[in-house]
Amino acid sequence: MSGASSGSDTGDDGATSGRDDVEGEHEGDGEREGRPAMEAVRYDDGTLAYPGHPIGPEGGEPVETVDLSEHTAEIVTWTTSTAPPPGVPEPNHLAVVEFDLDGEAVRALGQLTTGDVEIGEAVAPTYVEQLREPGAGIREPGSQEWDGYRFEPTG
Amino acid sequence: MTQFGQREAWIRELLAEAGQACLDDTGVPPTEIEHLYVANMASGEFEGQTGVPNALAHDLSCLPAYAQRVDQTSASGGAGIYAAWQSVASGASGMTLLVGGEKMTHRSTAETTDVIASLTHPVEYKHGVTLPSFAGLTARRYLETTDAPRESLARVAVKNHRNGVDNPHAQFRTEITVEDVLASPIVADPLRLYDFCPITDGAAALLFCPVEVAAEYADDYAVVAGIGGATDTHVVHERAEPTTMNAVVESGREAYGMAGYGPEDVDVAELHDMFTILEFLQMEGLGFAEERRAWEAVEEGRTEREGELPTNTSGGLKSKGHPLGASGVAQGYEIYKQILGEAGPRQVDADVGLACNVGGFGNCVTTTIVEAGA
Repeated sequence: MSGASSGSDTGDDGATSGRDDVEGEHEGDGEREGRPAMEAVRYDDGTLAYPGHPIGPEGGEPVETVDLSEHTAEIVTWTTSTAPPPGVPEPNHLAVVEFDLDGEAVRALGQLTTGDVEIGEAVAPTYVEQLREPGAGIREPGSQEWDGYRFEPTG
Repeated sequence: MTQFGQREAWIRELLAEAGQACLDDTGVPPTEIEHLYVANMASGEFEGQTGVPNALAHDLSCLPAYAQRVDQTSASGGAGIYAAWQSVASGASGMTLLVGGEKMTHRSTAETTDVIASLTHPVEYKHGVTLPSFAGLTARRYLETTDAPRESLARVAVKNHRNGVDNPHAQFRTEITVEDVLASPIVADPLRLYDFCPITDGAAALLFCPVEVAAEYADDYAVVAGIGGATDTHVVHERAEPTTMNAVVESGREAYGMAGYGPEDVDVAELHDMFTILEFLQMEGLGFAEERRAWEAVEEGRTEREGELPTNTSGGLKSKGHPLGASGVAQGYEIYKQILGEAGPRQVDADVGLACNVGGFGNCVTTTIVEAGA
């Protein structure tokens, strides 16, 4: 696993900051510069969620954020979608991956950089400025972020 | 219910067609309708027509009936059954008309897929995930972690197409083979085109009233014996096991509990086969098969029309079609026909029927158990 520092970077990010921390606070961290965190939330019972929700599954409060982009994950399952909606790469390789952060598992769905993968394979998040063309689909472009992380096999 | 398929009619006309047919069939005057529910996911997004409950109340001369839209994405119809049942069970309405419908085929496949995918969380939507791709992700996991052969999924499509041949309302009335399914184009690997339901226009309607009122209008009628609804995570990857649909399990448990029946008492079932894999997951979630063993029941023919639990005798969403808001209502319509012995060449021996309507990718589910009245 990369990011052996346990991934807790709440000291920098704060509990709710998404992209605002990108400029300045990570100066000197070349890998992080210019890109936001892939922000999971840790609740007060120790469980993790990506994305975070205001209330945890057992009623827990979010207490810190964890940047998943600094960790590797394993492919739980994957597919290649050949009929994607407007503004989406075709074909669109997608996977559900699982991060293991010191024994606490958290999953994420995201695009893959290739369709040549297997269940159980290790992948690392790689930053992409635009995963999907804003405004090409039905969703209001200003209502959400469009950048994020694709998963790339580490092997 | 209306003919399902590619229709020239728009949403108002489809809803009115189904609603009027239901009133004509039951002999209930429109002025008797106290509550009117319209199950519909996205008439505004698809067509630019909102306010459809009021439009339908006017078109059917149900004024001044209370009218309300019920949206629970693909499970809007099942949620409509729940709302209609609640209105009568609570005493708020003595006569409730439920009409579900959707107009979709004027949009391209990509646009339609996007309207449906708009139900996803932003962290999912930005990756271009679609409901078919959730199905591909889940089917791969199911095939990798069970002994199910790929062909078992194809057999669901083959069975439901065969059933649809005998349904005059179905969009597709042609048989297909396992080879056809496995040779069709990949949509979301490992699933192919014939693992998916089509894009459909159509509407269906049901009338709800207290049992004593039903007896005034008809000798034969069906009774809602049990109903339950439940939700699962909005973000699909947050589920502990991708092949378990908790909202199916919970809604089934609630419906069985209210009805006093178990899975062994069900004679006929309509399951939400938007994708072939969903039929397996609902069979397991509702107790018709052991966990991760539903594929065996399909392989052994137990879900065929002649089997011990005929499943999707209507042809299912797969061959009948899937006009989003109409589907749950049309499932109820098929169970009603089966219970009353009015299903024609599709008829099976059934006293108790179950319909399971799934929204999102198992995000919201309603399960209804119906038995014969009187």
